[in-house]
Amino acid sequence: MGHQDGTALGWKGKEGLPSGGPSTHEINLADLSKGWSKQGGQVKVVKPPLPSPDKRWKIIDAKMRKMGYQPHALIETLHAVQESFGYLDEVALRWVAKSLRVPPSKVYGVSTFYNFFTLKPQGAHTCVVCLGTACYVKSASKILEAIEVFTKIKPGETTPDRQLSLLTVRCIGACGIAPAVVYDGNVSGRVTPEQATEKLKGYFSHAS
Amino acid sequence: MLLEELKGIAEKEKAGRKQICVRCCMSAGCMSSQSAEIKQVLEKAVADRQLGDRVEVRRVGCMGLCGQGPLVSIEPEGLLYERVTPENAATIVETLAGGTTSAQRGDLTQPFFARQVAVVSRNGGRIDPERIEDYIEAGGYGALHHVLHELQPADVVVAITQSGLRGRGGGGYPTGLKWATVAKSKGERKYVICNGDEGDPGAFMDRSVLESDPHSVIEGMAIAGYAVGANMGYLYVRAEYPLAISRLQIAIRQARQRGLLGDALFESTFNFNVEIRIGAGAFVCGEETALMASIEGRRGQPRPRPPFPAESGLWGFPTLINNVETFANIVPIIIRGAEWYAGLGTEKSKGTKVFALTGKIKNNGLIEVPMGITIREIVEDLGGGAPDGAKIKAVQTGGPSGGCIPAHLFDTPVDYDSLMKVGSIMGSGGMVVMDDTTNMVDVARFYMQFCMEESCGKCIPCRAGTVQMYQLLNKILERQATIKDLEQLEELCDLVRNTSLCGLGQTAPNPVTSTLRYFRNEYLALLQPETGGYGVDAKQPADAKVAL
Amino acid sequence: MAVKTLTIDGKPVSAEENETILQAATDAGIKIPTLCHLDGLSEVGACRLCITEVSGSNKLLPACVTKVAEGMEVKTNSERLQKYRLMILELLFAERNHVCAVCVANNHCDLQNLAAEHGMTHVRFAYQYPNVPVDASHDWFVMDHNRCILCTRCVRVCDEIEGAHTWDVMGRGTNSRVITDLNQPWGESETCTSCSKCVQVCPTGALSSKGKSVAEMEKRRDFLPYLVQQREGRP
Repeated sequence: MGHQDGTALGWKGKEGLPSGGPSTHEINLADLSKGWSKQGGQVKVVKPPLPSPDKRWKIIDAKMRKMGYQPHALIETLHAVQESFGYLDEVALRWVAKSLRVPPSKVYGVSTFYNFFTLKPQGAHTCVVCLGTACYVKSASKILEAIEVFTKIKPGETTPDRQLSLLTVRCIGACGIAPAVVYDGNVSGRVTPEQATEKLKGYFSHAS
Repeated sequence: MLLEELKGIAEKEKAGRKQICVRCCMSAGCMSSQSAEIKQVLEKAVADRQLGDRVEVRRVGCMGLCGQGPLVSIEPEGLLYERVTPENAATIVETLAGGTTSAQRGDLTQPFFARQVAVVSRNGGRIDPERIEDYIEAGGYGALHHVLHELQPADVVVAITQSGLRGRGGGGYPTGLKWATVAKSKGERKYVICNGDEGDPGAFMDRSVLESDPHSVIEGMAIAGYAVGANMGYLYVRAEYPLAISRLQIAIRQARQRGLLGDALFESTFNFNVEIRIGAGAFVCGEETALMASIEGRRGQPRPRPPFPAESGLWGFPTLINNVETFANIVPIIIRGAEWYAGLGTEKSKGTKVFALTGKIKNNGLIEVPMGITIREIVEDLGGGAPDGAKIKAVQTGGPSGGCIPAHLFDTPVDYDSLMKVGSIMGSGGMVVMDDTTNMVDVARFYMQFCMEESCGKCIPCRAGTVQMYQLLNKILERQATIKDLEQLEELCDLVRNTSLCGLGQTAPNPVTSTLRYFRNEYLALLQPETGGYGVDAKQPADAKVAL
Repeated sequence: MAVKTLTIDGKPVSAEENETILQAATDAGIKIPTLCHLDGLSEVGACRLCITEVSGSNKLLPACVTKVAEGMEVKTNSERLQKYRLMILELLFAERNHVCAVCVANNHCDLQNLAAEHGMTHVRFAYQYPNVPVDASHDWFVMDHNRCILCTRCVRVCDEIEGAHTWDVMGRGTNSRVITDLNQPWGESETCTSCSKCVQVCPTGALSSKGKSVAEMEKRRDFLPYLVQQREGRP
């Protein structure tokens, strides 16, 4: 599974690694020490360059700057990355790790601990079914079932045409109007399975 | 900012008020049913009818009866309209000019509203949460001024202690005692954290407070900061609450602009600032040590206590952590006095509590009631009983850490200790009503799946034990289990409760143990008969078959 | 420094203030089972094997992080504690794929030893048989996730002693897994110094040296107290 996850992030064995190479450690460590230089016994940190000219990196960099490039800015920064790019890819994780001086494994650990972060690109639309208690009592599972049948995907997956990502959440606090579904960030209350599939049909017809 | 300026703002607001105010709920619940469009329609109707000189339309926070939203009310007439639509909204304005409306009338005198005591929700449904002037007009930031100029920090701690306020996050730890401990702890810096990681599914009290009255939480935090000697506060809010986050951002910005956050507040020597930290979807971050780990940018895993945050919290400094509702209680206590507050509620559980009343109940929404009210009063009087004449079977309180209280115990008063006695907990205030179509074993499995998925994975009993318990519950529901499996389930409950590292694990078995305690028949009915199960259809009420 | 006197399993014990129950018990020759604890590494209190009963507390307290107090009465080995410990060990065995007979660490395994000490003859819980990988991409070492118990000794030794922080934990709950760097093959890690400290502190056969056959992997941990001692007082 580890290797699979790695591939999902874009690693395809040693050759695929941006900083790797067939003969390992010396090269890797040398690469790692780039951007660090020793001055009077103190390691001076040089900020890594933006990964690409894409303007979105500047927004993320601004977020980190605002928090003084402190390691504790990690989660806020990952929020900014996900908001800008829709997901966290390897380039972003590496860049954030270096900018905040947080070990890569720690960045990966944090990114996978929290449900909100995703390492995979999402579909053009998102549909989040609330599975909180109030929605559960009001048969939210039937809505999810209907959507699964209609879209042929499971929660956490995206349709092959990348139109829709199906997600679930444990309570969005809209219990008063349970069962609730969030379409592209907009909450809908008192949803029925029929309404849900009807709504989703719209996403697919626009695409074709 | 000076007191005179504060009063000036309030007076200017009052002077600018129109004769009639049309209030339109703009909380997340009603917003999801087009209340933003409804407000526009209302405004346009007022303009079209040229009523602008005596009628204003105001965005307000939660009015409570979320299940009947979108809600519109008219003051001072005291009229309520339910399930308003953009189509019929304009006719509500017509009534102000002698016309009639097709909008569904609600009743503000019904027990759902009449039996409530608004302390935390005092500004909900009244003020515009995105305007600090509205909050100031309602007396906002007066308590902070009073505290900074009339009271010593120790006096504030005494007042909170005397009020008898207990933590509203679930545990019910005396708030005054916590403040006193942090005040006494020595540290180069101290922090105040507001826990807004309301993760309990079926609970939305904190969301509503943050959306409807963000300044009262900020003011409460500032008062806490003064009392314990902290200059920095963090508001940790879950990412699932985007509206609450955006209203808090607006509130913080406005408070800074007005000099109500920042340096030398009210020209005193006290500085206080607040920052928001957004959660990222982890229930365990409601646990205080996990929450602090998350603010520090780490995996939200709890650590053993002691040391408690009061001694060694955020970055090792003494830290005060209270939840949203606790902070929202502070201003009323300061303004109206500890004695007044201690007069509400019961001997050991003072004040009021906000509950999210949801599930199979007529009136879905938020209620604030005095402690000591019985579950029956809440369910039958305020909640209006089950819809469509169904039979209410149980009420679940405390979320995944709580338990199910069966109908025959509905005379239990709602306070920390009584709920504990019947095998549940107060929790943060979720109250989910279940009727006789709900299978209690399935409820137990629902919560166990939740705990399994939310277990951080650090300690073994919670990480591996919840998986085993979930699988056993599945096995029971699939009618594949024997009495031995039930015994193993109970053994695991005992293990996980007693050996887990944090509160999540220690309380994870509660939904199972409480349903086993009151609805054991439903479990037995699903076991294979030859092994000691009853082999009856669980869909039928179990008590009809066997009386335990 | 003040000295505290307490009783552990009925035996009067004196300990320095700030010592843990575990340290006091060890000094007094009383053995408390541990798994995530390792002298020289920080405590996480995660395995819950060292839980003890302390009079006056209705909660079971882990000996590795609970400080001694004057007059404390500690029980380390009651029937109840033994029962819980056995269950915790069984949960561990059921969680991943632990097959001692084919394991490099057979006969040199902390988990196996504890199971033997607690008289574990079989596992009552359902085996999970998770499909987890073996990472043999490193030139000298192997990571076999089937044998990992997530004690995080490797994470801590790499961070606290070696200073590389190559290891961390990804995911959560039962899906947690130790990873190197951005969850890439160990052999491609940019931060690993190949110091082997993680391999030596690993309590099971999850981390081992290449080329070892069944029961051949013995761990050397004497470097740990030595390094901790050498570093004392240094920044």
